[in-house]
Amino acid sequence: MGLLLALILWAITVASVLWLHSAGGHMPPSISDAARAVDSQLFLTLAVIGVAFVLAQGLLGWFIWRYRAGGIRQARYVHGHDSLELGAAVVVGAAFITLAVLGQRVWVQLHLTVPDPQALVVEVTGEQFAWNVRYAGPDGVFGRTDIDHIDPGTNPLGIRDDDPAGRDDIVSINTMAVPVGRTIEVQLGSKDVLHSFFIPALRIKQDTVPGLRIPLRFRATQTGTFEVPCAELCGLGHYRMKGTLRVLEPAEFESWLAEQKAE
Amino acid sequence: MTASHAHPGRQGFVRRVLFSTDHKVIGIQYWVLALVAVVFGVLMSLLIRMQLGFPTHTWPLLAKIFPRGMNGGVMAPEFYLSLVTMHGTMMVFFVLTTAPLGGFGNFILPLQLGARDMAFPRLNMLSFWVTALAFVTLVLAFFVEGGAPLGGWTAYPPLSALGAIVGPGQGLGMDLWITSIALFCAGSLLGALNFLATTLGMRCTGLSLGRLPLTVWAWFTTALIALLAFPVLLAGGILLLLDRHAGTSFFVPGGLVVAGRAIDHHGGSPLLWQHLFWYFGHPEVYIAILPGMGATSQILSVFARKPVFGYRAMVGAIFAIGMLGFFVWGHHMFVSGMSPYSAIAFSVLTLTIGVPSALKTVNWLGTLWGGTLRLTTAMLFALGFVSLFVSGGLTGIVLGQTSLDLYLHDTVFVVAHFHLIMGMAALFGIFAATYYWFPKMFGRLLNERLGRVHFVLTLIGAYAIFVPMHVQGLMGHPRRYYDASSYTYLADALPLHQIITWAAVLTAGAQLLFVANLIWGGRRGPRPGANPWQATTLEWTTASPPPPENFDSQPVVHHPAYEYGVPGAPRDYVMQNDPPEVRP
Repeated sequence: MGLLLALILWAITVASVLWLHSAGGHMPPSISDAARAVDSQLFLTLAVIGVAFVLAQGLLGWFIWRYRAGGIRQARYVHGHDSLELGAAVVVGAAFITLAVLGQRVWVQLHLTVPDPQALVVEVTGEQFAWNVRYAGPDGVFGRTDIDHIDPGTNPLGIRDDDPAGRDDIVSINTMAVPVGRTIEVQLGSKDVLHSFFIPALRIKQDTVPGLRIPLRFRATQTGTFEVPCAELCGLGHYRMKGTLRVLEPAEFESWLAEQKAE
Repeated sequence: MTASHAHPGRQGFVRRVLFSTDHKVIGIQYWVLALVAVVFGVLMSLLIRMQLGFPTHTWPLLAKIFPRGMNGGVMAPEFYLSLVTMHGTMMVFFVLTTAPLGGFGNFILPLQLGARDMAFPRLNMLSFWVTALAFVTLVLAFFVEGGAPLGGWTAYPPLSALGAIVGPGQGLGMDLWITSIALFCAGSLLGALNFLATTLGMRCTGLSLGRLPLTVWAWFTTALIALLAFPVLLAGGILLLLDRHAGTSFFVPGGLVVAGRAIDHHGGSPLLWQHLFWYFGHPEVYIAILPGMGATSQILSVFARKPVFGYRAMVGAIFAIGMLGFFVWGHHMFVSGMSPYSAIAFSVLTLTIGVPSALKTVNWLGTLWGGTLRLTTAMLFALGFVSLFVSGGLTGIVLGQTSLDLYLHDTVFVVAHFHLIMGMAALFGIFAATYYWFPKMFGRLLNERLGRVHFVLTLIGAYAIFVPMHVQGLMGHPRRYYDASSYTYLADALPLHQIITWAAVLTAGAQLLFVANLIWGGRRGPRPGANPWQATTLEWTTASPPPPENFDSQPVVHHPAYEYGVPGAPRDYVMQNDPPEVRP
């Protein structure tokens, strides 16, 4: 039984390491510098915990096999080993705290740096079960909204018709287009319950919270079409609350915007 | 205190089995409640896995059992989410909190302390029955208009606060859910008080703190956590009920529009609930797993025939994990909209929990090192606990980092992580404890051969379910998804669902061996005698099962808890109540 269990543990260890290692090749593409930084921190972390994992499971299996009962060998009568215990705590503590500190870099860039004044501001408002995407139009100012003006068919956000700033606002449902290479500041909100704006290709997500307006910044470096699943349980249609991010060349983006305006 | 609850010789069935104040009966009641709940919980998880593994298949037979949820043999999305919600609630509260603390804690703690009963036997009976009532209330939610709630076990508002307008099950089903949880909190609070008072006040002569078994330290710390955490959830639940029915707005801000209708609430904060919930919710993880750590330390030492390696460090680590657990709840909220500054503090504190956790792992390995391992089923499950604790703990190092949580939060990576550590590791602790203490509880030994097969299949099954789920998580698969087949970026992740489902079916099937073993063992298992494992702690000094008053004469302790392989002693172990001169 001892050898069998040791072999099972080692087999599980090897299989887990190989399987998780292969997962890296099947992740969505990383389309921003921040996303690539998340990936490298992720792979560094997986490497560190991989070493700890193999070490611990390997020793566990080895001890089970090596020290299984049999013969007349007497168990060692020891109560501990202070410097070994202390040493393990210090080494592990140093490794994990280092990871914790390194793990803040993308976070700090994302949330705690001065916003880019040239950023294109896009407003995204979640509702059961769709994303309302709004652009401010040529004036760069979002028109005021009021829940009394909401019309689910024509005016889902309730933009006031008496506010001139709102006249050129552009609203798109479920599709957000952005120009490549430019900083985008998404201002996230919600009409009803919690949702979460998740862009796997950018390695970011942010809950949308009714009553709060939460900024989320990114700069995509690669054009293409990417999926935006909702990542916070929001009701029975949660699984089909799917948005699309289109990263376009600047000229294409302008013509997309014009098309939306015409509709 | 002890004089007030002497046990009369003969009592009727009602007083003896149903409304008993005997801690041993109450312990078995909790354990049976957890067994019933785990059957529900596992069946629900199989339905969940069925949908995820085979989303296009129709199941005509199930349409007969669930005419509403599986109309036409196809699972409704709201039914799927109800299963997710109820599976989580059932497992976290009525299995992982109930069995380790209420079950084994109640039965074993007073015995290990050399006490005749808990400090407050009537309170003990009350806490069980309040918990049982909470269980019935929860199950009722399936049978009311709209069915069980669909908002997940975390019940985030506004989804949980606005009633049936935001989804089926959010009406009466949600009210029953909140009521159930509030009752559970009340029951657990009473239980926690009792554990603390018993440990501090009922230890027999000679049982100083330094001689306590690590199980006692684990239950004591767990009770302390429960005492501090459950009141916060209770308060949150009451506020949520007020928001739903009394027109308050603790959790609901103004300006909401649901299905084209304006909602009449003003000035609340959805984040407030998350803070209250996770202030309870993170320590809850440790409520579920600390007793398993205690049992594992105990069982490794007994069957390695060696003293626990680094006893003092182990006690310190239990306390450190328990107390640090109160300062890390924010790691569940990195992407919630909470201040990004506090996220950094929560992240660093979270990773420091790795230090006492690593210390425990080193000392478990140290306990095995140079031992003579007797691989009983209890020992196998304790070894499995160590393996799963390491695996599940290490993925926490990934999720505890703010930057990585940006990507992995609310993906199935999280589901895989917490199932490994608080689901599987904690369950392995419960299994280990069951195989170890069953002879003491029921006076019969379980079948070892059946137990070994049960162990091997469950260990392989646990990894076969949750390793591929980590892989899906790395690919960005969101959790709580009824059907992800329309997402093209998940093309490589989706085929893994079938593997996981088959692994889950096999793992659940293997549990029939456990049930068979309980039935066989309970009726035909060999009689064990007082101390079948040649263990040292006080529960093994009395008959199996113990008499109503626990001990024929009051034990007196002369030795530490884990004196195995003592050189020069007449046996290879020195029991805690052996005379002092046994040790040379």
